Amino acid sequence: MKAVITVIGCDRIGIMAAITGILAKANVNILDISQTIMQELFTMIMLVDISKMNVEFSEMSDMLARAGKELGLDVRFQREEIFTSMHRI
Amino acid sequence: MYNINEILETVNMISREKLDIRTITMGISLRDCVSDSSKTTMRRIYDKITRLAQDLVKTGEDIERDFGIPIINKRISVTPIALIAEGCEEEDYAVFAKVLDDAAAAVGVNFIGGFSALVHKGFTKGDKLLIKAIPEALSTTERVCSSVNVATTKAGINMDAVKQMGLIIKDCAERTKDKGASACSKLVVFANVPEDNPFMAGAFHGIGEPECVINVGVSGPGVVAHALKSLNGADFGTVAETIKKTAFKITRMGQLVAQEASQRLKVPFGIVDLSLAPTPAIGDSVAHILEAMGLERCGAHGTTAALALLNDAVKKGGVMASSYVGGLSGAFIPVSEDAGMIDAAKCGALSIEKLEAMTCVCSVGLDMIAVSGDTPASTISAIIADEAAIGVVNNKTTAVRIIPVPGMKEGDVVEYGGLFGSAPIMRVSPFSAEEFINRGGRIPAPLQSLRN
Repeated sequence: MKAVITVIGCDRIGIMAAITGILAKANVNILDISQTIMQELFTMIMLVDISKMNVEFSEMSDMLARAGKELGLDVRFQREEIFTSMHRI
Repeated sequence: MYNINEILETVNMISREKLDIRTITMGISLRDCVSDSSKTTMRRIYDKITRLAQDLVKTGEDIERDFGIPIINKRISVTPIALIAEGCEEEDYAVFAKVLDDAAAAVGVNFIGGFSALVHKGFTKGDKLLIKAIPEALSTTERVCSSVNVATTKAGINMDAVKQMGLIIKDCAERTKDKGASACSKLVVFANVPEDNPFMAGAFHGIGEPECVINVGVSGPGVVAHALKSLNGADFGTVAETIKKTAFKITRMGQLVAQEASQRLKVPFGIVDLSLAPTPAIGDSVAHILEAMGLERCGAHGTTAALALLNDAVKKGGVMASSYVGGLSGAFIPVSEDAGMIDAAKCGALSIEKLEAMTCVCSVGLDMIAVSGDTPASTISAIIADEAAIGVVNNKTTAVRIIPVPGMKEGDVVEYGGLFGSAPIMRVSPFSAEEFINRGGRIPAPLQSLRN
């Protein structure tokens, strides 16, 4: 099972460390990362494998959102299917 | 891996353009609850609803969290109560509304639809008792929604029912006058009612439906309006194409959520209803889509054409996105629930007459329209008759959800709050239809050929 993490906000030091730290602890494998600056906003998208994740989906969602809040970022954690269904026929 | 723009498009649709799943509605058949004792019938109804729907709200919330898409409402529709209750000796059907209300409260849904009767050709004993009980049922319960189908293309229009519904609506208004006649917002009078509509207040579980089913209603007027705003001066081909693509994406969300809910609840998936359902929130308005096409205000000449294009393009985009499309499927134009419609009605751009014309080309009908409290019952019946005629002749669903607010006059505004929004009191024709409505009987079914 895969999920997509979207991080949007002001660029600053430590974003990647904060997010990947949480993922590593929960046994989540990062499959792909892309990042860019769009309309002056730091935007990072991560595709992750959650089949061996050792916490509940909701717990991970809350942890990422909390970490995002501390850094002033909007962090979303969503199952991959929502993007597949919308953008792939 | 996805393109970064694709991911952001989805994220923005949800966070900025208010894309959401408007409702997951569980349809439950109550046919096996019939018994000759009202107590047994009520116990069976309560037990069945609370058993089948016990995980509905939690499952909805889980899906919401996993996919990061808001699911605004979790609701239940049941077999029309007139069919279930008439097997027993009970004469006061309001007691069944109370049971529905209690069951809905127990499982945590905000509305339950199906306090309904289908009387397009005539009344049975149960139909009569149900209609009689509507004012009591809607004024004493919180979550129960009621609907009555008074006409179909194949049967014509039951004008006795039309007449009676005018009186029932007035009674509902009177009994809830201290709450802006709120009972009327839970009562829909239909022509050609669909049996699998997931949207309230008109939802019920039709007799051709399975034991239990999951229907999903999508929404997303804000997404369509946003897509159109970037199309300055483009021709209608481009406009239609853009709406189609957007509707496709919105509906795919609905299909995904419907399948997921169906799997998790172990209940078959019924349909996705492809409706653009507005809310009073800024950026979630169907009127604003029409205005984004170039109309100064919704209700201006050209509105019917704009709505026809919108409605058709939404369906064309949506049908490819879902294997089973049903319900009402189209654009809703409820006045009080749409910020753009409210503004248009307030500034005089939008009249009931124009709304009536708009209902010829979209679902559903004259929806959430507040009128002066002294509007005669016969005028309300005549408005219903006009709407039913449009539905019957054009082979489509139409409906009336009208609120004669006691003590209010044209120019006043009644506030409901939440999804129901606020409604400016609209002008109705002061000329009487009393004699017309008093005739009673049935308007015969229309010819299906020689159609001009």
